[in-house]
Amino acid sequence: MSLYKEITLNGIWKQNPGVVQLLGLCPTLAVTTSVVNGISLGLATVFVMAAANGTISPVRKYVPNEIRVPVFILVIAALVTVIDLSINAFAHQLHKVLGIFIPLIVVNCIVLARVESFAAKNSPIPSILDGLMMGLGLTLVLGLLGGMRELVGKGTLFSGLDLVFGPAAKQFVLTVVPDYHGFLLAVLPPGAFLGLGMLIAARNWMEIRNKANAADDHAASSALQPALRP
Amino acid sequence: MSENIIKHAIKTAGTLTAFALVGTAILAYIFIITRAPIEASEAEARLALFAQILPHDTYNNDLLKSELTIPPNALLGNHVPSKANIAKLGDKTVGVILEAIAHDGYAGDIKLLLAIRADGSISGVRVLTHKETPGLGDYIEIERNAWITQFSNESLTKTAAKDWAVTKDSGKFEYMAGATITPRAIVKAVAKALQFFNENKPLLLENKRTDNMQPSKDEKREDKAQSQSKVAK
Repeated sequence: MSLYKEITLNGIWKQNPGVVQLLGLCPTLAVTTSVVNGISLGLATVFVMAAANGTISPVRKYVPNEIRVPVFILVIAALVTVIDLSINAFAHQLHKVLGIFIPLIVVNCIVLARVESFAAKNSPIPSILDGLMMGLGLTLVLGLLGGMRELVGKGTLFSGLDLVFGPAAKQFVLTVVPDYHGFLLAVLPPGAFLGLGMLIAARNWMEIRNKANAADDHAASSALQPALRP
Repeated sequence: MSENIIKHAIKTAGTLTAFALVGTAILAYIFIITRAPIEASEAEARLALFAQILPHDTYNNDLLKSELTIPPNALLGNHVPSKANIAKLGDKTVGVILEAIAHDGYAGDIKLLLAIRADGSISGVRVLTHKETPGLGDYIEIERNAWITQFSNESLTKTAAKDWAVTKDSGKFEYMAGATITPRAIVKAVAKALQFFNENKPLLLENKRTDNMQPSKDEKREDKAQSQSKVAK
């Protein structure tokens, strides 16, 4: 398997930050009250992770081991602040929605974790790809969890889309269950833990099933009984 | 040996300092180039908010320039001086836009913006910032629910003091099941802000205290310039 393919697979599935590494749970649990919230923060994180990995990787040989963590944090915090200021200046509407979440990215340990475990040891292009894919893996989990909580909690999907794309996007908000009175637990913090637990269980179940299938195939092909195979 | 350690320490410290310097320089640069656009979009957002709670055709001065600084006041709930914007139609003050803070929300302060007409009735209220539970207490935002509009046209004369409460506390204001603390705090804060307005009418409407106001002559001139520029447009 090529390096790039492996990085992609690691980020999205094998080492998914949200449901396997369980890193960056603070925003995962706090922000995922709706699909739009989850994906918005996810995409902002993707950007920060790719930028952080891409910044650290070229200078990794100049960073002494003893001070690597302060340097990484410095770079990440500076990047997040730059992104925060830029969004505020050039996409004010988006900043009103995402504003309170952006500083949270600094404390998201997945960013530091990828810088430390990948960008500090690899060349820039794979590092940027790793940041992108790990970020997308997290975005996927944030979006799924946001969707689950929004659907169960409020009976809608994509609510708040108009806050990101302007009033015209309001027509894309789906009311899945009309006249739904809401299930508060899903929107409150316990809903985040329960939902994440279910996602982890679902992922593990799929992984186990895949492994069992692979083992079956292996057993069948090594049994030298071609006549029995369809 | 010890010399090596010192050398190493100096080198490490130097590297960290270099990173910090470069980082600070980049941040300073970004801060400087984004400051003007951020201020512009904030002013624009503020004006858009003003337009929501005070109709454009009721005044003709530049609200952002006609500002009054109000010292911390318990009725407004602010601990630092806040801004009041005075709306005028010609020479007559037609309304005041005040900031008020409710401290007894469910999570943190709720910052409100109120437009009060000269007769003491509310033109509109909006929530500026809050930290209430998403999906639960956030119906106070106009983007999510029209709840906040029930304060329009309310006043202390129209609604008796005892009715300034949510229906659950036998008042007259609606609330939504699941989040009572949030609307309670807002109803209370709005009532207190109205009280502040009534107690400080001379200051707010006639600008009796001139120490933190621009001289009224200048303002008149500004008004004229404003209306002229409007004509020119």
